[in-house]
Amino acid sequence: MFSTAKRLGTRAVLAGALTVSGAVPGALAQGVLRIGMTASDIPLTTGQADNGGEGMRFTGYTVYDGLVNWDLSSADKPSDIVPGLAESWTVDPSDRTKWTFKIRPGVKFHDGSDFTAESVVWNLDKLLKNESPQYDPRQSAQGRTRIPAVASYRALDPMTLEVVTKAPDATLLYQLAWIMMSSPAQWEKLGKSWDAFAKTPSGTGPWKMTLFAPRERAEMVPNANYWDKARVPKLDKLVLVPLPEANARVAALRSGQVDWIEAPAPDAVASLKSAGFKIVTNAYPHNWTWHLSRIEGSPWNDIRVRKAANLAIDREGLKELLGGLAIPAKGFMPPGHQWFGKPTFDVTYDPEAAKKLMAEAGYTPQKPLAIKVGISASGSGQMQPLPMNEFVQQSLAEVGFKVDFEVVEWNTLINIWRAGAKADISRGVSAINYSYFIQDPFTGYIRHLQCNLAPPNGTNWGYYCDPAMDKLFDGVRNAFDKSEQEKVLKQVHEKFVDDALFVMITHDVNPRAMSAKVKGFTQAQNWFQDFSNITMATAGR
Amino acid sequence: MLLYILKRLLYVTPVAFGVSVVCFALVHLAPGDPLSAVLPADATQATIDEMRAAYGFDKPLPVQYAIWLWHVLQGDLGISIATGRPVLGEVSRAVVNSLILASVATLIGFTFGTLFGFVAGYHRNSILDRAASALSVFGVSVPHYWLGMVLVIIFSATLGWLPPTGAGPDGSGNWRPDFEHLRYIILPAVTMSVIPTGIIARTVRALVADILSQDFVEALRAKGMNEWGVFKHVVRNAAPTALAIMGLQLGYLLGGSILIETVFAWPGTGFLLNAAIFQRDLPLLQGSILVLAMFFVGLNLIVDVMQTALDPRIERA
Repeated sequence: MFSTAKRLGTRAVLAGALTVSGAVPGALAQGVLRIGMTASDIPLTTGQADNGGEGMRFTGYTVYDGLVNWDLSSADKPSDIVPGLAESWTVDPSDRTKWTFKIRPGVKFHDGSDFTAESVVWNLDKLLKNESPQYDPRQSAQGRTRIPAVASYRALDPMTLEVVTKAPDATLLYQLAWIMMSSPAQWEKLGKSWDAFAKTPSGTGPWKMTLFAPRERAEMVPNANYWDKARVPKLDKLVLVPLPEANARVAALRSGQVDWIEAPAPDAVASLKSAGFKIVTNAYPHNWTWHLSRIEGSPWNDIRVRKAANLAIDREGLKELLGGLAIPAKGFMPPGHQWFGKPTFDVTYDPEAAKKLMAEAGYTPQKPLAIKVGISASGSGQMQPLPMNEFVQQSLAEVGFKVDFEVVEWNTLINIWRAGAKADISRGVSAINYSYFIQDPFTGYIRHLQCNLAPPNGTNWGYYCDPAMDKLFDGVRNAFDKSEQEKVLKQVHEKFVDDALFVMITHDVNPRAMSAKVKGFTQAQNWFQDFSNITMATAGR
Repeated sequence: MLLYILKRLLYVTPVAFGVSVVCFALVHLAPGDPLSAVLPADATQATIDEMRAAYGFDKPLPVQYAIWLWHVLQGDLGISIATGRPVLGEVSRAVVNSLILASVATLIGFTFGTLFGFVAGYHRNSILDRAASALSVFGVSVPHYWLGMVLVIIFSATLGWLPPTGAGPDGSGNWRPDFEHLRYIILPAVTMSVIPTGIIARTVRALVADILSQDFVEALRAKGMNEWGVFKHVVRNAAPTALAIMGLQLGYLLGGSILIETVFAWPGTGFLLNAAIFQRDLPLLQGSILVLAMFFVGLNLIVDVMQTALDPRIERA
C-alpha cells in the first residue's frame, strides 16, 4: 500500500515539479504548496516530532492532534488552547488532582481505526512507561519532559479518560497540548515497529502523510474526514523540503522550486520583497534575553543594576539592525500578550536614568561594572546572536557596564544552561544570552524561576528564588478558572518586569517568505501554524 | 602476483584498524553532546541519563569502541541518533550521489582543462595562452561556495533556467541520467569542476609545451608529417600524466565537498557530514568518515596492484 502511494505520490510530484522547475514556465500545479524548512531532515513523523518548534509545526500538528489543541485561527491575538481530541474536561472539586476528559466521539485515525480513551492511555504509555511494548525512546525523549504534572491515567470507559496529577496543577492542559496521538492499530499492523510507522504514520490530524523520503521530502494530502470540518485542508498537497542553508532556501524560493521558506536571512528580505515575494511576520511567544545569575556575589543581585541594564538598551536601533524583523521588548511577554498585565517599570531606552541608577550602585562609564556573559555564535531561536550582543554591549558601555563575552558553541550553551550558574562549565559568567519559548506558564516562567527547579532539578539557571514568586506560581497551578489563572499570570509578569528579573531585549517575529501565489495563510501568534485554509493562486510569482 | 596482492591485503589490515581508531576517537574529541540532537533543551537529567544508557554513551570509551568495531566488522555501522535510521543505508546513498557528482565534475574538468591546456600549449605566450592561463588561475583560486552562490543567482534566481537545490525534481536522492535530473547536476558539477579544470589545464599546458619542444616532434615535422599527425603524437605522450592527474582529482572530489553540497543541497557525503557535524550525530559521523577513509584505502590498494601489473619492477622493489 505504501509503495503504491509512494509511486503515485512520486509521479504526481514529478509531474508537478516538471512544470514548476522551468520546463513549462507558468503552468504551476494547482493547490500544491512546497515549503522549505530550516531543518536538515524531515522531523520525526511518529507523533512526538523532534527539531523543536519547527518539527511540531510541520510533522506534529499536521498529521496529529492532541487532547487539547492550539487555536491557530487568528493573527490578531495570542493563541489560546481549545478542545481537541477531548471535547470537554472537568476537575474533581473534592480532589483537584483528578481530571476527567470526555473523548470526542466519531474521531478516526487515518488508518480507519477509532480514537478512544484507550488510545490516549496507549500513547501516554508510549512516552512514560518504559516496560510497555509501544514505549519509544525517541518519542519519549521529546514528550516525557512536556508532561511533568502527570502522575497516572486510565480509561474509565471507551470515551472517558481520567488523568491524575502529582499535585493540583491547572497548567496540565498546556502540557497536554504537546502530546500527539499516534494510532495503536497502525503500529500493530506494521509489526509493532516505530521505524515502519515513521514511513506510514497514522494520526487523527488534518493531513495524511503519503510520502516520507528521509532528508529529501515529505508529502501530505488532506484528511477529508477530519473531525473539525473548518480545518479540512483546501490544498491538494503539502510538500516539506529540508533546506538547512539560508541562502539555499532563498535561492529555492526565488527560482520557484519551493513556494514558501521558513526564516529567510534578514539581509535577503529587502531583495525578496522587491522581487514580489511576501514577507509574513507576527508577534509570537518568543523572547531573546539575557538570563541573569542570582547566585551569591552576582552583580545582578542589585535591582538598580538590573534596571539600569534594561534602560540602557536602544531596542529600536537593534530592530533597525535586524531589518525591522524584531519587536522591541517591553517586558518578558510580547506587548499585547494576555498575560502582560500592567507593570510599573517601563522597559524603555533611557540612558540618563540608567546612568543615574548605575551611579547609585557605584559605577560610571569611567569606573564600569565588569561582567561576563555567555553567548553563542548561532542557535535555534537565537536570531543573529553575535551582532545583536555586540549592539547590546555597546549600549551598556555607555552607562557604565564593561561587558566581556564568553562565546561558545550553541550546544555548549545549552549544556551551560542545564548545568546552572554555579557549575564550572558556566565559566564564571553572570548572564547567558538565551531565547525562550514562552507559550505556556511552565515553559514561560515556572521552569526559570521556581526555587526548587534550580539545577539539577530544573532549568532555573540563575538560582533565582523568591518565596513571593513561588506563591504566585502556586496560585497559577491552583487557578482552575481560566480568567482567574490569567489574573495570576498577569501578576507574575508584573512582578517579573518590576523586579527586572532578566535583561529583556527583543522578540523575534517568526519571519517566513512566500510566493504571492500563496493565499489564505493566517500567521497565528504561535510557534505552530495552521495550513488548512491555504490555497494556491494560478497566476503571479 | 597473487602473493603480492595477498601481502598488500595484509598491510591494509593495520591501516584499516588505525583508520577505525582515528575515526572513533576524533568524533569523541569534538565538543558537544551527541544527545542534543534528540533531546529537547530542557530535558531532565533523568531523561538524559536514560538516553545516554540507551545509546551506550554511559560506557567507557574503549568499551564503546570495541562494541562499535564488532558491529562494523559485521557490516553494521550503527543507527543514526538524529534520524533513527541505519547509518549504512544513509552513507551508501550519499556515496553514490557524491560519486555521480564527482564523476560529472571530473569529466567537465578534464574536457575543459585539456582543451585550455592544449590551446595554451600550442599557442605559448599568445593572447590565447594568457587567457587560458588566467582561466586556470581563476579556477584554482576562486572560492567554491562563492562561485556556487553566484551561479545560483544568475542561472536560478535571475534567469530561472536551472534548479538551485536538490538532486532531482521529486526530491529523490536517486539521481537518474535523464534530462530533468541532468538539469539538477549542472550547477553543482560546474562549480565543483573549476579546480580540476584549472589544475588539468596548467598540467596539460606544461606537458604540451614540453613535448612540442622535443626533438622527435621536430623530426616528425621534418619527415613531412602533417600537423594532425603531430597532434596525435603529442596527445599520446601527454595522456598518461594527464590521466593520472585526473584520477587524483576524482579521488579528491569523491570525498564530497561540504560547501558545494550544502549550498546546492546535494544529498552526498559532504551534505551528510555537514548535517552529522551540526547534529553531533556520532554514529553517522563515524560511519561516514570510516566509509570514506576505507574507500581511499581501497583505492590505494587498487592503484598499487594496477601499477604492479603494468610495471613488475614495483613488485620487486
